[in-house]
Amino acid sequence: MSSFLAFTIFGLVSGAAYAIAASGLVLTYSTTRVFNIAHGALGMLLSFVFWDFSVRQGMPTLLALFLVLFVVAPAIGWFLQRFVARGLGDAPVSVSLVVTVAILVATLGLAQQVWPPEARSVQPFFAGTSYEMFGFFITAHQILTIVLSLVVAVGLYVLLNRTRIGTAMRASVDNPELLKLFGGQPERVAALSWAIGTSLAALAGVLLVSTVGLDYFALLLLVINAFAAAILGRLQNLPLTFVGAMSLGLVTSYASGYLPTDGLLNSVRNVVPALFLFAVIVLMPQAQLRIGQVKGIVSAPLPSPFKALSWSGALLLGVALIAGALSEANLLLVGTAATYAIVMLSLVLLTGYGGHVSLAQITFVGVGALAYIKIDSPNLVGLLLAGLVAAGVGALVALPVIRLTGLYLALATLAFAVIMDRMIFQADFAFGFNGSLSAERLSILGYQVDSTAGYVWVMAVFFVLMGLALLVVRAGPLGRMLVALRDSPAACGTLGLDQRWFRVGLFAASAGMAGIAGALYSGLRGTVGAAEFQFFGSFTLLLLAVVFGVTSVTGAALGGVGLMMLPVLQADYPGIAGLFFVVIAVGAILLARDPNGLANQLFRLGRLLDRRFGNRIRERIPVLPVPGGSLGGMREQARAEHDANAAADHSLTTVGLGGGTATTPGPDQGPAQSKEPAGV
Amino acid sequence: MSSLAETFAGSHRASGGHDGPLLEVDHVVVQFGGVTAVNEACFTADPGTVTGLIGPNGAGKTTCFNVISGLQKPTRGTVRFQGKDVSSTPVHRRSKRGMGRTFQRLEAFGSLSVRDNVKVAADIHRGVLKGFLPGGHGKNIDALLERVGIAAYADERADSIPTGTARLLELARCLAGDPKLLLLDEPSSGLDETETDAFGDLLRDLAAEGRAILMVEHDMDLVMAVCDVIHVLDFGSIIASGDPATIRRDPAVQKAYLGYSDEDDAEAHTATDLPAVSDDTMVIPAAREGVGS
Repeated sequence: MSSFLAFTIFGLVSGAAYAIAASGLVLTYSTTRVFNIAHGALGMLLSFVFWDFSVRQGMPTLLALFLVLFVVAPAIGWFLQRFVARGLGDAPVSVSLVVTVAILVATLGLAQQVWPPEARSVQPFFAGTSYEMFGFFITAHQILTIVLSLVVAVGLYVLLNRTRIGTAMRASVDNPELLKLFGGQPERVAALSWAIGTSLAALAGVLLVSTVGLDYFALLLLVINAFAAAILGRLQNLPLTFVGAMSLGLVTSYASGYLPTDGLLNSVRNVVPALFLFAVIVLMPQAQLRIGQVKGIVSAPLPSPFKALSWSGALLLGVALIAGALSEANLLLVGTAATYAIVMLSLVLLTGYGGHVSLAQITFVGVGALAYIKIDSPNLVGLLLAGLVAAGVGALVALPVIRLTGLYLALATLAFAVIMDRMIFQADFAFGFNGSLSAERLSILGYQVDSTAGYVWVMAVFFVLMGLALLVVRAGPLGRMLVALRDSPAACGTLGLDQRWFRVGLFAASAGMAGIAGALYSGLRGTVGAAEFQFFGSFTLLLLAVVFGVTSVTGAALGGVGLMMLPVLQADYPGIAGLFFVVIAVGAILLARDPNGLANQLFRLGRLLDRRFGNRIRERIPVLPVPGGSLGGMREQARAEHDANAAADHSLTTVGLGGGTATTPGPDQGPAQSKEPAGV
Repeated sequence: MSSLAETFAGSHRASGGHDGPLLEVDHVVVQFGGVTAVNEACFTADPGTVTGLIGPNGAGKTTCFNVISGLQKPTRGTVRFQGKDVSSTPVHRRSKRGMGRTFQRLEAFGSLSVRDNVKVAADIHRGVLKGFLPGGHGKNIDALLERVGIAAYADERADSIPTGTARLLELARCLAGDPKLLLLDEPSSGLDETETDAFGDLLRDLAAEGRAILMVEHDMDLVMAVCDVIHVLDFGSIIASGDPATIRRDPAVQKAYLGYSDEDDAEAHTATDLPAVSDDTMVIPAAREGVGS
């Protein structure tokens, strides 16, 4: 009985910390409509800052705490709102989620860069002080946690309901434009709510760090607890959020206390918050179709069939030529790039065309690999079956949340990824704890592809085939429907489209593609383990897909090479390993609003340079040179503007032609071939 | 009338199979928090007629449309279509049964061409799985674009065309699904005078094919010329119903539109029939329709 009480107290204490984190999340979401998936990551970063101040620099604890909570955290929150998340409230979820995932990855990279992995510990507040209650001890730190959560609850209530700025905050939820008309400053309100929200994330992190430990990923995952609690409060109701946080704290605590310590149930305790999150999302009420058009999504132009085919041929020829000249290790890298490129194709379908976000794509790769190995029939049938298994799992993830859209769908995939990562993949029937399985290479129509060079080429063939299939789908009726659904779900509904099943199908297809990539990958490596399919991989995958262009096959090819290069570069330059994450994240933040990514930018840049260059040559021919430097400069500028406009016009008309009828040179396939060898 | 339309017309008169109105809105109430956007609204729409729904901004017209098409659950009340209660039927299934609507705030598929917008609608109407098959509807699509008068824009991106054209595009998109009931939310705003006249003729044609048309509209000339029946909404309640001539003379309507609190004053205006209610005052700029959308 006393142990039950102890678990209850412990549960309430962690629940109190979750409540603090969750209320920060609710505050930022409800005032700016941006769901900050990096909330936990910021708490992690600021816990490191707290450690740095209090332990490394030896500041008094109270001073360190003050600086973190009231100077550093608000400054970061203000900065993020001001320069990163501004205006994201009205953006489609595929943009706002990508940006906050980028903040998460950047935060993680920054933490790893500034505080390289080593053992660190943070003492609880009032270490050593505890009081006896009902026959057992409760520490002062635990009491403080609960008291602080109450202070936060009351403080937020007073702020929102009893102050002028709080009224403005609540008003900005309803109508920022109107608030502006009445003399309010929605921007200032938004910045303030982010400052407070980040400060609350820091407080939660600092309170939890003495029990959880100063670990990048453990603290990152805490955000899932906050998500679950916040979503129970529908992301706006603070009391319900507190209830959610407390019940989650209790459930987690009881799970760790009473679940058996062996077998599959043992690992359940790692995923209780994720299961809780999934359950809460499933219980959400039906989402209303959103009216009010999301504008400004320009898809990458479709290449003509001729262009697509010739570039495909060139790519295959290129891979065949270089494959013979590469070492085994480098061949494995090319194969990895091909794997990632196929996974990115699955994102082109889901995110680029469909506008949905999955945070579990790498998990589906793992499912495909696992299925391929377990089916144990290394031929095309086995490959197809592995893809179908992954597709089925994808449908199973999307099915419970069939009534929901956007953000909730993405969060369900995140919960799923964590469950697979922490529980299923490490189970004995899967890869096993720290274990790995061996896989055989594919045989095609009776011919076993033994050489790595040959296998890599086969993977390239699969990439090309799936890329072409994607283009065919995009140009056809289904592709039009996908784009229509992305542009206006409400209109599709009133035209008679049952988008729920359509979405499940889309998710399944995308997961199936990722699964095939996984099956091919397991054959390439020979042995694969759970460590290769950790949930975090899906974050970097998503960011790189956006950076290189998530709307085009070229973007997928480039992104595959980029994602392959990431660990290689990090291994080559361990001193700046974390910085690579930051660079990718910054790139994603800059490019998130134009999902066509670098693939399209490169094409435009090439066109622009070409035109300018061409104009200069033409300029040499007329007799009269341009008089006066300044005038020449103006002309130069005018021409640049003209060129930019022309390029924009061009891309619009190409898209406007739609279908497979685009006759202008398809930029889609542009730099793919030249880039592929460069990445090797 | 095109041959396409004639086949539609035949099918519409035959279909339904029940007596009474095609659409019946029965004591519908919609509340947003403490605000009652629609209050006990009752009206019907019948095949072959154009029904107008007018009222000042914020009167609850678009909310009514959202309830009918299924985008908004009513707090109370029922919507019956072809005699069956569809109050809890999902949006897409109402569409399959023969409802089509356009939007006050445009919902065109911005990244598709005008022709592809209509093609998508036709594909959806045929069924998603059949969408795999190559479409045999090329001619019909162009005929539809021709019919609503936007054939010239067929290859333009839908987010680059003028507002009025985009509204016609939404109409064409609806028609691709051959609906029995058309819900048109301010279809003529953005059209010039000539275009509006042509649009009025089109509406009469569509009604003559046996469709029921329910229209929210601010252009009183168009409403008076085209509608068979008009319902006037104010603060969520229907304050007047009747044919155009009745509505013109209704003192409550004039009060709602012109804000006369004095009965006698309103009477005076009624006596002079419409001229007092000039077009300028009755065409209310469609700036704010906050409640519904």
